Amino acid sequence: MALPQVKLDATEARLASMTLPEGGAWISEARDDALSRLQAMGLPSRRDEYWKYTRPETLVQPGAPAAALFDNAEAPIFSSLDRVKIVFVDGVFDAEASDDLTLEGVSIERLAEAGAADIHWAKDVYGVLETRGQDPVERPLAALNTAFATDGIVIHVTTKASKPVSLIYLHGDETSDAVLHHVIKIESGAELTLLENGPAAARFNKCMEVEIADGGVFHHVRAQGRDHERRAATHIFTRLGEESTFKSFTLTANGVLTRNECIIELTGDNAIAHVAGAAVGDGDFHHDDTVFVTHDALACESRQVFKKVLRNGATGVFQGKILVKQGAQKTDGYQISQSLLLDGDSQFLVKPELEIYADDVACSHGSTSGAIDDTALFYLRSRGVSAAEATDLLTLAFLAEALEEIDDETIAEEIRERLENWLARHRS
Amino acid sequence: MLEIKNLHVELEEEEKAILKGVDLNVGAGSVHAIMGPNGSGKSTLSYVLSGRDGYEVTDGSVTLEGTDLLDLDPEERAAAGLFLAFQYPVEIPGVGNMTFLRTALNAQRKSRGEDEMSATDFLKLVREKAKALKIDADMLKRPVNVGFSGGEKKRNEILQMAVLEPKMCILDETDSGLDVDAMKLVAEGVNALRSEGRSFLVITHYQRLLDHIKPDVVHIMSDGRIVKSGGPELALEVENNGYTDILEEVA
Repeated sequence: MALPQVKLDATEARLASMTLPEGGAWISEARDDALSRLQAMGLPSRRDEYWKYTRPETLVQPGAPAAALFDNAEAPIFSSLDRVKIVFVDGVFDAEASDDLTLEGVSIERLAEAGAADIHWAKDVYGVLETRGQDPVERPLAALNTAFATDGIVIHVTTKASKPVSLIYLHGDETSDAVLHHVIKIESGAELTLLENGPAAARFNKCMEVEIADGGVFHHVRAQGRDHERRAATHIFTRLGEESTFKSFTLTANGVLTRNECIIELTGDNAIAHVAGAAVGDGDFHHDDTVFVTHDALACESRQVFKKVLRNGATGVFQGKILVKQGAQKTDGYQISQSLLLDGDSQFLVKPELEIYADDVACSHGSTSGAIDDTALFYLRSRGVSAAEATDLLTLAFLAEALEEIDDETIAEEIRERLENWLARHRS
Repeated sequence: MLEIKNLHVELEEEEKAILKGVDLNVGAGSVHAIMGPNGSGKSTLSYVLSGRDGYEVTDGSVTLEGTDLLDLDPEERAAAGLFLAFQYPVEIPGVGNMTFLRTALNAQRKSRGEDEMSATDFLKLVREKAKALKIDADMLKRPVNVGFSGGEKKRNEILQMAVLEPKMCILDETDSGLDVDAMKLVAEGVNALRSEGRSFLVITHYQRLLDHIKPDVVHIMSDGRIVKSGGPELALEVENNGYTDILEEVA
């Protein structure tokens, strides 16, 4: 089917100033394929059903809209953790600020290097999971990423990693337009925690493909914050083998536009995938969580837990789907998306979907929007807690279910602290 | 301690008068009970005293040790020493009981210009008070009142009272929903807090709670006013003859 002219024009306009990066044979092929995919589907427009609640124009247009740098004087999150630090400034690798890319049982390379080789194991993952994730819903910004990303991190995990790998995204240039693509492969029985934090760039397109073999475990904790004017479109594509585990949590604070997509494919029996998010927005804030979980094996468990706190006209979006394929019996799928609206100007737009072709499954979904409970607020105040502090306490309580998805207590406590500080800075 | 003069209160939304001139003076260290039939305005009085939204004071005054309470926010009233034990304690999912207690205590201390209590001292204090009320570690860890039985909720109210050490305690139908054993436990908790500097206003339908918490003065409230006051024997009279006789007598 031919693309509408508007779409063709927008796609051409974006691609006009871009050329496919140089690389080795395997990655060049992957990039060529991705470009073809992109040209066939075209970049998203506001008329696309999948972009009904989030306007894609500023993510699509050539050049990033400017985003001022913002420093809230807080030390960057995860600073106190023992970790392997990998720093990107406006999407460009910073060797000096980064640690040595060595960790026992884990091979860490830059995509720029892995891509220069003629052959590499990443060939079986790079663009492969992304391609799988293009059906049944197209994700053009991910194809764009696969075609044009020049760097990122390529991680191969063959053991239980002794410390987390921590990707730090600094933002230094007000019009930076960063594209990063990470590839992670967790071998059977291996385990890794990946941390991500920082505003990254004025506009950030990030794609992460995670292949988890049987019994592998992947923990992901991300803190997107700081700069108010930044924009981001991110994708996580993951495929899970038998009895493997994927757990991802994202904290989002500030940001005029964030679209986080997570595409999960449960292909081995008894696999577990949890994806959760806590987003807090004040004023010019638009945050979109779009999740697609496919159950294609027996007795897998999936959980989606998304909580948003919105005030002063902030907008939250949740599109979450659970697809249970024929034969995926004993599926346990759960989805909850809730917003706490701290005033009448903010809005929460939700599209939960279940599509089930197996007959022996337990799937549930729920969505709510509400205000602070007056009775609880009065109860706290009657005990001497100020209205502002009581509101913060109740807001944190609202977010708690999402934070419970973080297994590591220390990391969960850091996230909680950030939220407390953010709430204290954004009182009415 | 607590002085209420000619208090008139309307429901904000309905412009319906609930309290029609309440006068009450609770002296330091004394225990007053307010009894009265349903709809007489007892609970409204407790809410107005603690500063709940939805009520409009149209006349009169309330002072606590000379401080005008009606001008204060609920949290300021708490810091001034007022405490309301709720008839229906509120469940707050996601907020741990200990966090709640510590936040409340430290907020009050801060607003009185005192230092926050250290975590260790706080733990010691709560454990000691909890033990007397047979509140176990699990109840302290759980979210505030979530999944608590009726009796546990009321004991939790008394625990808060014991930790916050208010000067003026209002107990709003604390006996409702309690069996005899639970009522005894709650009453013991309250009695342990009785002291020269602390006053109580016990709101109740029934005389039975007053068997355990012995009041100095009993007031009968009807149609938004205190219609009769007397000693503990007044509560017994209610128990034996019901409210009808007394109300007819004062009519």
